[in-house]
Amino acid sequence: MSLLSNTAILLGKELRTEFRSRELLTTTGVFILIVLVLFSFAINPGTEEARQFAPGLLWLAILFASSLMFQSCFLREQQNDTLSSLRLAVSDPFAIFLAKLIANTLFLLLTELLMLPFFAIFYNIPLWPKLPVLLLVLFVGSLGISIAGTAMSAISAQARMRELLLPLLLLPLLTPVLVVSSLVTASLLDREPVVQWKGIGFVAVFDLIFLTALWLFGEYLLEE
Amino acid sequence: MGSALSLIGRSGKRSVTALRIPPTGLRFENIDKRYGGLFALRRVSFEVVPGECVVLAGRNGSGKTTLLRIAAQIVKPTVGKLSFPGADSAPSVNGRPGYVAHATMVYDELTAEENLLLFARLQSVENPAGRAEELLREVGLIERRDSLVRTFSRGMRQRIAIARALIHRPSVLLFDEPATGLDPPGITWLANSLREVNRMGCTVVMSLHGESELSALATRAVQLDAGSVVADTKSGASLHAILTFGGA
Repeated sequence: MSLLSNTAILLGKELRTEFRSRELLTTTGVFILIVLVLFSFAINPGTEEARQFAPGLLWLAILFASSLMFQSCFLREQQNDTLSSLRLAVSDPFAIFLAKLIANTLFLLLTELLMLPFFAIFYNIPLWPKLPVLLLVLFVGSLGISIAGTAMSAISAQARMRELLLPLLLLPLLTPVLVVSSLVTASLLDREPVVQWKGIGFVAVFDLIFLTALWLFGEYLLEE
Repeated sequence: MGSALSLIGRSGKRSVTALRIPPTGLRFENIDKRYGGLFALRRVSFEVVPGECVVLAGRNGSGKTTLLRIAAQIVKPTVGKLSFPGADSAPSVNGRPGYVAHATMVYDELTAEENLLLFARLQSVENPAGRAEELLREVGLIERRDSLVRTFSRGMRQRIAIARALIHRPSVLLFDEPATGLDPPGITWLANSLREVNRMGCTVVMSLHGESELSALATRAVQLDAGSVVADTKSGASLHAILTFGGA
Protein backbone atom coordinates (compact mmCIF):
# COMPACT_ATOMS: atom_id res chain seq x y z
CA MET A 1 0.00 0.00 0.00
CA SER A 2 2.78 2.40 0.94
CA LEU A 3 4.51 1.47 -2.33
CA LEU A 4 1.48 2.60 -4.31
CA SER A 5 0.88 5.75 -2.28
CA ASN A 6 4.58 6.71 -2.40
CA THR A 7 4.58 6.06 -6.17
CA ALA A 8 1.51 8.26 -6.63
CA ILE A 9 3.07 11.10 -4.59
CA LEU A 10 6.35 10.88 -6.51
CA LEU A 11 4.55 10.65 -9.85
CA GLY A 12 2.72 13.85 -8.93
CA LYS A 13 6.07 15.49 -8.25
CA GLU A 14 7.53 14.28 -11.58
CA LEU A 15 4.53 15.60 -13.54
CA ARG A 16 4.43 18.89 -11.66
CA THR A 17 8.13 19.64 -12.21
CA GLU A 18 7.97 18.64 -15.90
CA PHE A 19 4.83 20.58 -16.74
CA ARG A 20 6.35 23.56 -14.94
CA SER A 21 9.61 23.50 -16.92
CA ARG A 22 8.46 21.55 -20.04
CA GLU A 23 12.12 20.66 -20.62
CA LEU A 24 11.68 17.01 -21.59
CA LEU A 25 8.48 17.37 -23.59
CA THR A 26 9.85 20.23 -25.67
CA THR A 27 13.19 18.54 -26.31
CA THR A 28 11.78 15.15 -27.26
CA GLY A 29 8.90 16.61 -29.29
CA VAL A 30 11.15 18.86 -31.35
CA PHE A 31 13.67 16.05 -31.83
CA ILE A 32 11.12 13.52 -33.14
CA LEU A 33 9.59 16.15 -35.42
CA ILE A 34 12.98 17.05 -36.92
CA VAL A 35 13.85 13.39 -37.60
CA LEU A 36 10.46 12.75 -39.23
CA VAL A 37 10.70 15.88 -41.39
CA LEU A 38 14.27 15.16 -42.50
CA PHE A 39 13.59 11.58 -43.52
CA SER A 40 10.37 12.55 -45.29
CA PHE A 41 12.57 14.34 -47.85
CA ALA A 42 14.60 11.18 -48.43
CA ILE A 43 11.63 8.86 -48.88
CA ASN A 44 8.85 9.38 -51.39
CA PRO A 45 5.62 9.75 -49.37
CA GLY A 46 2.84 7.29 -50.08
CA THR A 47 5.04 4.78 -51.88
CA GLU A 48 5.67 1.17 -50.92
CA GLU A 49 9.14 2.28 -49.86
CA ALA A 50 7.61 4.73 -47.36
CA ARG A 51 5.41 2.00 -45.87
CA GLN A 52 8.48 -0.24 -45.50
CA PHE A 53 10.87 2.25 -43.95
CA ALA A 54 8.64 4.71 -42.08
CA PRO A 55 7.84 2.41 -39.10
CA GLY A 56 11.55 1.81 -38.52
CA LEU A 57 12.22 5.53 -38.72
CA LEU A 58 9.40 6.21 -36.27
CA TRP A 59 10.91 3.85 -33.68
CA LEU A 60 14.41 5.19 -34.33
CA ALA A 61 13.13 8.70 -33.64
CA ILE A 62 11.39 7.46 -30.47
CA LEU A 63 14.60 5.74 -29.33
CA PHE A 64 16.80 8.81 -29.80
CA ALA A 65 14.24 11.11 -28.21
CA SER A 66 13.86 8.80 -25.22
CA SER A 67 17.66 8.70 -24.80
CA LEU A 68 17.56 12.46 -24.36
CA MET A 69 14.81 12.01 -21.79
CA PHE A 70 16.71 9.39 -19.79
CA GLN A 71 19.93 11.42 -19.66
CA SER A 72 18.34 13.86 -17.24
CA CYS A 73 16.06 11.40 -15.45
CA PHE A 74 18.33 10.66 -12.47
CA LEU A 75 20.84 13.42 -13.19
CA ARG A 76 18.27 15.95 -12.00
CA GLU A 77 18.14 14.15 -8.65
CA GLN A 78 21.88 14.62 -8.21
CA GLN A 79 21.80 18.39 -8.52
CA ASN A 80 20.77 18.93 -4.88
CA ASP A 81 21.25 15.33 -3.73
CA THR A 82 17.47 14.91 -3.72
CA LEU A 83 17.90 11.21 -4.46
CA SER A 84 19.28 10.83 -0.93
CA SER A 85 16.32 12.65 0.59
CA LEU A 86 13.93 10.44 -1.41
CA ARG A 87 15.73 7.29 -0.27
CA LEU A 88 15.43 8.48 3.32
CA ALA A 89 11.73 9.25 2.90
CA VAL A 90 10.30 6.29 0.97
CA SER A 91 9.68 2.92 2.58
CA ASP A 92 10.38 1.03 -0.66
CA PRO A 93 13.00 2.41 -3.11
CA PHE A 94 11.12 0.73 -5.96
CA ALA A 95 8.57 3.56 -5.62
CA ILE A 96 11.24 5.97 -6.93
CA PHE A 97 11.75 3.81 -10.05
CA LEU A 98 8.06 3.15 -10.53
CA ALA A 99 7.18 6.85 -10.42
CA LYS A 100 9.97 7.73 -12.83
CA LEU A 101 9.21 5.01 -15.34
CA ILE A 102 5.48 5.81 -15.33
CA ALA A 103 6.30 9.48 -15.84
CA ASN A 104 8.76 8.65 -18.65
CA THR A 105 6.19 6.39 -20.34
CA LEU A 106 3.54 9.11 -20.11
CA PHE A 107 5.88 11.77 -21.51
CA LEU A 108 6.95 9.45 -24.32
CA LEU A 109 3.36 8.51 -25.17
CA LEU A 110 2.27 12.14 -25.12
CA THR A 111 5.08 13.06 -27.50
CA GLU A 112 4.20 10.14 -29.78
CA LEU A 113 0.51 11.08 -29.83
CA LEU A 114 1.40 14.63 -30.83
CA MET A 115 3.73 13.33 -33.55
CA LEU A 116 1.43 10.71 -35.09
CA PRO A 117 -0.55 13.23 -37.23
CA PHE A 118 2.72 14.63 -38.61
CA PHE A 119 3.94 11.09 -39.31
CA ALA A 120 0.73 10.30 -41.22
CA ILE A 121 0.98 13.51 -43.26
CA PHE A 122 4.72 13.44 -44.05
CA TYR A 123 4.72 9.79 -45.14
CA ASN A 124 1.17 9.79 -46.50
CA ILE A 125 0.25 6.69 -44.50
CA PRO A 126 -3.34 6.41 -43.20
CA LEU A 127 -3.24 5.50 -39.50
CA TRP A 128 -6.94 5.71 -38.69
CA PRO A 129 -8.01 2.13 -39.63
CA LYS A 130 -5.58 0.45 -37.22
CA LEU A 131 -5.19 3.25 -34.68
CA PRO A 132 -6.26 1.32 -31.53
CA VAL A 133 -3.76 -1.51 -32.21
CA LEU A 134 -1.08 1.01 -33.20
CA LEU A 135 -1.60 2.79 -29.88
CA LEU A 136 -1.28 -0.56 -28.09
CA VAL A 137 2.03 -1.25 -29.87
CA LEU A 138 3.27 2.24 -29.03
CA PHE A 139 2.26 1.69 -25.41
CA VAL A 140 3.99 -1.68 -24.87
CA GLY A 141 7.05 -0.52 -26.83
CA SER A 142 7.32 2.78 -24.95
CA LEU A 143 6.85 1.02 -21.63
CA GLY A 144 9.72 -1.35 -22.46
CA ILE A 145 11.94 1.55 -23.49
CA SER A 146 11.04 3.42 -20.29
CA ILE A 147 11.67 0.49 -17.94
CA ALA A 148 15.11 -0.27 -19.38
CA GLY A 149 15.91 3.43 -19.84
CA THR A 150 15.02 4.36 -16.27
CA ALA A 151 17.17 1.54 -14.89
CA MET A 152 20.13 2.43 -17.10
CA SER A 153 19.71 6.11 -16.26
CA ALA A 154 20.12 5.27 -12.55
CA ILE A 155 23.35 3.41 -13.33
CA SER A 156 24.83 5.96 -15.70
CA ALA A 157 23.99 8.99 -13.51
CA GLN A 158 26.62 7.84 -11.01
CA ALA A 159 29.28 7.23 -13.64
CA ARG A 160 31.94 9.67 -14.80
CA MET A 161 31.29 9.38 -18.56
CA ARG A 162 27.53 9.26 -18.16
CA GLU A 163 26.65 10.83 -21.54
CA LEU A 164 28.56 8.05 -23.29
CA LEU A 165 27.57 5.26 -20.97
CA LEU A 166 23.78 5.58 -21.23
CA PRO A 167 23.46 4.88 -25.00
CA LEU A 168 26.12 2.17 -24.73
CA LEU A 169 24.08 0.37 -22.09
CA LEU A 170 20.68 1.15 -23.49
CA LEU A 171 20.94 0.38 -27.21
CA PRO A 172 21.91 -3.32 -26.98
CA LEU A 173 19.33 -3.84 -24.27
CA LEU A 174 16.53 -2.32 -26.32
CA THR A 175 17.36 -4.04 -29.60
CA PRO A 176 14.77 -6.83 -29.17
CA VAL A 177 11.97 -4.37 -28.30
CA LEU A 178 12.83 -2.03 -31.15
CA VAL A 179 13.15 -4.77 -33.77
CA VAL A 180 9.86 -6.42 -32.81
CA SER A 181 7.99 -3.12 -32.38
CA SER A 182 9.17 -1.95 -35.81
CA LEU A 183 8.10 -5.23 -37.43
CA VAL A 184 4.68 -5.14 -35.74
CA THR A 185 4.20 -1.48 -36.74
CA ALA A 186 5.26 -2.23 -40.33
CA SER A 187 2.71 -5.07 -40.62
CA LEU A 188 0.02 -2.76 -39.23
CA LEU A 189 0.80 -0.01 -41.73
CA ASP A 190 0.96 -2.38 -44.70
CA ARG A 191 -1.57 -2.06 -47.55
CA GLU A 192 -3.05 -5.28 -46.19
CA PRO A 193 -2.67 -4.74 -42.45
CA VAL A 194 -1.97 -7.69 -40.17
CA VAL A 195 -1.95 -7.57 -36.39
CA GLN A 196 1.03 -9.56 -35.12
CA TRP A 197 -0.23 -10.50 -31.68
CA LYS A 198 2.82 -12.69 -31.04
CA GLY A 199 5.05 -9.67 -31.50
CA ILE A 200 2.95 -7.56 -29.15
CA GLY A 201 3.02 -10.43 -26.64
CA PHE A 202 6.81 -10.66 -26.95
CA VAL A 203 7.25 -6.97 -26.11
CA ALA A 204 4.77 -7.29 -23.21
CA VAL A 205 6.79 -10.22 -21.80
CA PHE A 206 9.99 -8.17 -22.19
CA ASP A 207 8.31 -5.38 -20.18
CA LEU A 208 7.27 -7.82 -17.48
CA ILE A 209 10.72 -9.42 -17.16
CA PHE A 210 12.52 -6.08 -16.94
CA LEU A 211 9.98 -4.69 -14.50
CA THR A 212 10.47 -7.72 -12.25
CA ALA A 213 14.26 -7.39 -12.47
CA LEU A 214 13.99 -3.71 -11.57
CA TRP A 215 11.75 -4.55 -8.61
CA LEU A 216 14.22 -7.18 -7.38
CA PHE A 217 17.49 -5.35 -7.95
CA GLY A 218 16.54 -1.67 -8.27
CA GLU A 219 17.61 -0.86 -4.71
CA TYR A 220 21.24 -1.71 -5.56
CA LEU A 221 21.20 0.73 -8.47
CA LEU A 222 20.49 3.59 -6.08
CA GLU A 223 23.36 2.87 -3.73
CA GLU A 224 26.34 5.18 -3.66
CA MET B 1 11.17 33.23 12.85
CA GLY B 2 9.89 30.90 15.57
CA SER B 3 11.80 30.18 18.71
CA ALA B 4 12.23 26.45 18.39
CA LEU B 5 12.25 23.84 15.70
CA SER B 6 9.25 21.70 15.92
CA LEU B 7 9.34 18.34 17.37
CA ILE B 8 7.02 20.43 19.46
CA GLY B 9 3.73 21.82 18.32
CA ARG B 10 2.82 25.49 18.00
CA SER B 11 1.58 25.44 21.57
CA GLY B 12 5.13 24.79 22.71
CA LYS B 13 4.26 21.35 24.03
CA ARG B 14 5.80 18.23 22.63
CA SER B 15 3.43 16.67 20.13
CA VAL B 16 1.61 13.41 20.76
CA THR B 17 3.49 11.75 17.90
CA ALA B 18 6.82 12.79 19.32
CA LEU B 19 5.89 11.48 22.77
CA ARG B 20 5.31 8.01 21.34
CA ILE B 21 8.87 7.84 20.01
CA PRO B 22 11.24 6.00 22.28
CA PRO B 23 14.58 7.77 22.72
CA THR B 24 16.96 6.50 20.07
CA GLY B 25 20.73 6.32 20.08
CA LEU B 26 23.37 5.39 17.51
CA ARG B 27 25.97 2.65 17.65
CA PHE B 28 28.89 2.40 15.23
CA GLU B 29 30.74 -0.91 15.44
CA ASN B 30 34.06 -1.29 13.64
CA ILE B 31 32.95 0.79 10.69
CA ASP B 32 35.24 0.86 7.65
CA LYS B 33 34.38 2.72 4.48
CA ARG B 34 36.60 2.29 1.44
CA TYR B 35 36.33 4.05 -1.90
CA GLY B 36 38.56 1.92 -4.12
CA GLY B 37 41.90 1.85 -2.30
CA LEU B 38 41.13 4.92 -0.20
CA PHE B 39 39.96 4.51 3.38
CA ALA B 40 37.39 7.20 4.23
CA LEU B 41 36.74 5.58 7.61
CA ARG B 42 38.84 3.08 9.50
CA ARG B 43 37.66 1.01 12.47
CA VAL B 44 35.24 3.62 13.80
CA SER B 45 33.48 2.43 16.96
CA PHE B 46 31.51 4.51 19.39
CA GLU B 47 28.00 4.77 20.75
CA VAL B 48 25.80 7.82 21.04
CA VAL B 49 23.34 7.40 23.88
CA PRO B 50 19.77 8.66 23.45
CA GLY B 51 19.47 12.38 24.11
CA GLU B 52 23.15 13.16 23.63
CA CYS B 53 24.36 16.08 21.53
CA VAL B 54 27.59 14.98 19.88
CA VAL B 55 29.81 17.20 17.79
CA LEU B 56 32.04 15.58 15.19
CA ALA B 57 35.20 17.60 14.75
CA GLY B 58 38.12 17.16 12.41
CA ARG B 59 39.95 18.57 9.44
CA ASN B 60 38.55 18.55 5.91
CA GLY B 61 38.57 14.99 4.61
CA SER B 62 38.74 13.43 8.07
CA GLY B 63 35.58 11.39 7.44
CA LYS B 64 32.87 13.43 9.22
CA THR B 65 30.51 13.61 6.25
CA THR B 66 30.99 9.94 5.37
CA LEU B 67 30.21 8.95 8.95
CA LEU B 68 27.06 11.08 8.94
CA ARG B 69 25.96 9.61 5.59
CA ILE B 70 26.45 6.13 7.00
CA ALA B 71 24.42 7.13 10.08
CA ALA B 72 21.68 8.43 7.75
CA GLN B 73 21.81 5.06 5.93
CA ILE B 74 22.49 6.74 2.60
CA VAL B 75 25.88 5.06 2.36
CA LYS B 76 26.56 1.49 3.44
CA PRO B 77 29.76 0.78 5.36
CA THR B 78 32.26 -1.52 3.65
CA VAL B 79 32.75 -3.35 6.93
CA GLY B 80 31.07 -2.95 10.29
CA LYS B 81 27.63 -2.41 11.68
CA LEU B 82 25.36 0.53 12.39
CA SER B 83 22.46 0.18 14.79
CA PHE B 84 19.93 2.39 16.54
CA PRO B 85 19.57 1.26 20.15
CA GLY B 86 16.07 1.98 21.37
CA ALA B 87 14.51 2.16 17.93
CA ASP B 88 13.88 -1.58 17.54
CA SER B 89 10.99 -1.64 19.98
CA ALA B 90 8.91 0.73 17.88
CA PRO B 91 10.03 0.86 14.26
CA SER B 92 8.32 3.90 12.80
CA VAL B 93 8.90 6.66 10.34
CA ASN B 94 10.06 8.87 13.21
CA GLY B 95 12.87 6.39 13.78
CA ARG B 96 14.45 7.47 10.51
CA PRO B 97 17.09 10.10 11.13
CA GLY B 98 16.51 13.67 10.03
CA TYR B 99 19.53 14.56 7.92
CA VAL B 100 20.84 17.92 6.79
CA ALA B 101 23.72 17.61 4.34
CA HIS B 102 25.96 19.98 2.39
CA ALA B 103 23.43 19.89 -0.45
CA THR B 104 19.95 21.15 0.33
CA MET B 105 18.24 17.87 -0.66
CA VAL B 106 15.15 19.76 -1.85
CA TYR B 107 13.80 20.45 -5.34
CA ASP B 108 14.59 23.81 -6.93
CA GLU B 109 11.60 23.50 -9.25
CA LEU B 110 9.11 23.14 -6.39
CA THR B 111 8.00 25.84 -3.99
CA ALA B 112 9.02 25.80 -0.33
CA GLU B 113 5.60 24.50 0.68
CA GLU B 114 5.44 21.88 -2.12
CA ASN B 115 8.82 20.53 -1.01
CA LEU B 116 7.73 20.13 2.60
CA LEU B 117 4.38 18.64 1.58
CA LEU B 118 6.15 16.14 -0.68
CA PHE B 119 8.38 14.82 2.10
CA ALA B 120 5.59 14.96 4.69
CA ARG B 121 3.30 12.85 2.49
CA LEU B 122 6.03 10.38 1.58
CA GLN B 123 6.61 9.79 5.28
CA SER B 124 2.89 9.64 6.14
CA VAL B 125 3.09 12.61 8.47
CA GLU B 126 -0.22 13.38 10.15
CA ASN B 127 -1.83 16.54 8.74
CA PRO B 128 0.98 17.30 6.25
CA ALA B 129 -0.36 20.74 5.31
CA GLY B 130 -0.51 21.84 8.94
CA ARG B 131 2.93 20.44 9.67
CA ALA B 132 4.43 22.16 6.59
CA GLU B 133 2.88 25.48 7.58
CA GLU B 134 4.11 25.11 11.15
CA LEU B 135 7.70 24.51 10.01
CA LEU B 136 7.61 27.25 7.37
CA ARG B 137 6.55 29.65 10.10
CA GLU B 138 9.31 28.48 12.41
CA VAL B 139 12.09 28.73 9.84
CA GLY B 140 10.86 32.17 8.82
CA LEU B 141 9.80 31.30 5.29
CA ILE B 142 6.03 31.52 5.63
CA GLU B 143 5.94 34.68 3.49
CA ARG B 144 7.83 32.85 0.73
CA ARG B 145 5.87 29.60 0.92
CA ASP B 146 4.76 29.88 -2.71
CA SER B 147 8.16 30.86 -4.11
CA LEU B 148 10.23 28.34 -6.04
CA VAL B 149 13.27 27.23 -4.05
CA ARG B 150 15.54 28.18 -6.96
CA THR B 151 14.74 31.83 -6.20
CA PHE B 152 16.00 31.47 -2.60
CA SER B 153 19.31 32.71 -1.19
CA ARG B 154 21.81 30.20 0.28
CA GLY B 155 20.62 30.92 3.81
CA MET B 156 16.96 30.46 2.89
CA ARG B 157 17.80 27.18 1.19
CA GLN B 158 19.54 26.02 4.35
CA ARG B 159 16.42 26.86 6.36
CA ILE B 160 14.17 24.86 4.06
CA ALA B 161 16.71 22.01 4.22
CA ILE B 162 16.45 22.06 8.02
CA ALA B 163 12.65 22.14 7.84
CA ARG B 164 12.70 19.12 5.49
CA ALA B 165 14.86 17.15 7.89
CA LEU B 166 12.44 17.85 10.74
CA ILE B 167 9.19 17.25 8.88
CA HIS B 168 8.65 13.73 10.29
CA ARG B 169 9.64 14.62 13.88
CA PRO B 170 12.74 12.40 13.90
CA SER B 171 14.21 11.07 17.11
CA VAL B 172 17.76 11.36 15.71
CA LEU B 173 19.07 14.48 13.97
CA LEU B 174 22.20 14.35 11.82
CA PHE B 175 23.49 17.78 10.79
CA ASP B 176 26.49 18.24 8.52
CA GLU B 177 27.78 21.76 9.13
CA PRO B 178 24.26 23.11 9.66
CA ALA B 179 25.33 26.74 10.03
CA THR B 180 26.43 26.90 6.37
CA GLY B 181 24.87 29.94 4.75
CA LEU B 182 23.00 31.09 7.86
CA ASP B 183 23.42 34.67 9.06
CA PRO B 184 24.22 35.36 12.78
CA PRO B 185 20.54 35.63 13.82
CA GLY B 186 19.88 32.41 11.90
CA ILE B 187 22.69 30.62 13.77
CA THR B 188 21.32 31.86 17.11
CA TRP B 189 17.85 30.64 16.16
CA LEU B 190 19.23 27.25 15.09
CA ALA B 191 21.23 26.92 18.32
CA ASN B 192 18.16 27.72 20.45
CA SER B 193 16.03 25.33 18.45
CA LEU B 194 18.51 22.46 18.67
CA ARG B 195 18.87 23.07 22.39
CA GLU B 196 15.10 22.75 22.73
CA VAL B 197 14.73 19.52 20.69
CA ASN B 198 17.76 18.02 22.41
CA ARG B 199 16.29 18.90 25.83
CA MET B 200 13.21 16.92 24.85
CA GLY B 201 15.25 13.80 24.22
CA CYS B 202 16.14 14.04 20.54
CA THR B 203 19.63 12.73 19.82
CA VAL B 204 21.75 15.19 17.84
CA VAL B 205 24.97 14.45 15.95
CA MET B 206 26.50 17.31 13.99
CA SER B 207 29.76 18.10 12.31
CA LEU B 208 31.21 21.53 12.97
CA HIS B 209 34.28 23.53 12.16
CA GLY B 210 35.60 25.46 15.13
CA GLU B 211 33.74 26.88 18.08
CA SER B 212 30.40 28.60 17.61
CA GLU B 213 27.02 29.02 19.27
CA LEU B 214 26.19 25.53 18.02
CA SER B 215 29.25 23.93 19.61
CA ALA B 216 28.08 25.27 22.99
CA LEU B 217 25.28 22.68 22.79
CA ALA B 218 27.71 19.77 22.70
CA THR B 219 27.68 17.34 25.58
CA ARG B 220 30.39 15.33 23.88
CA ALA B 221 32.94 15.77 21.10
CA VAL B 222 34.38 13.10 18.85
CA GLN B 223 37.43 14.04 16.82
CA LEU B 224 38.23 12.26 13.57
CA ASP B 225 41.51 12.27 11.74
CA ALA B 226 42.19 10.39 8.51
CA GLY B 227 39.03 8.35 9.04
CA SER B 228 39.79 7.24 12.61
CA VAL B 229 38.52 8.43 15.97
CA VAL B 230 41.46 10.13 17.67
CA ALA B 231 39.65 11.74 20.60
CA ASP B 232 36.32 11.26 22.32
CA THR B 233 35.51 13.33 25.37
CA LYS B 234 32.72 14.65 27.55
CA SER B 235 34.83 16.61 30.00
CA GLY B 236 34.89 20.40 29.87
CA ALA B 237 38.49 21.29 29.09
CA SER B 238 39.06 18.51 26.55
CA LEU B 239 35.71 19.23 24.94
CA HIS B 240 36.67 22.87 24.56
CA ALA B 241 40.06 21.92 23.15
CA ILE B 242 38.58 19.61 20.52
CA LEU B 243 35.91 22.10 19.52
CA THR B 244 38.42 24.91 19.29
CA PHE B 245 41.20 23.12 17.44
CA GLY B 246 39.55 20.00 16.09
CA GLY B 247 38.41 21.57 12.88
CA ALA B 248 41.49 23.65 12.33
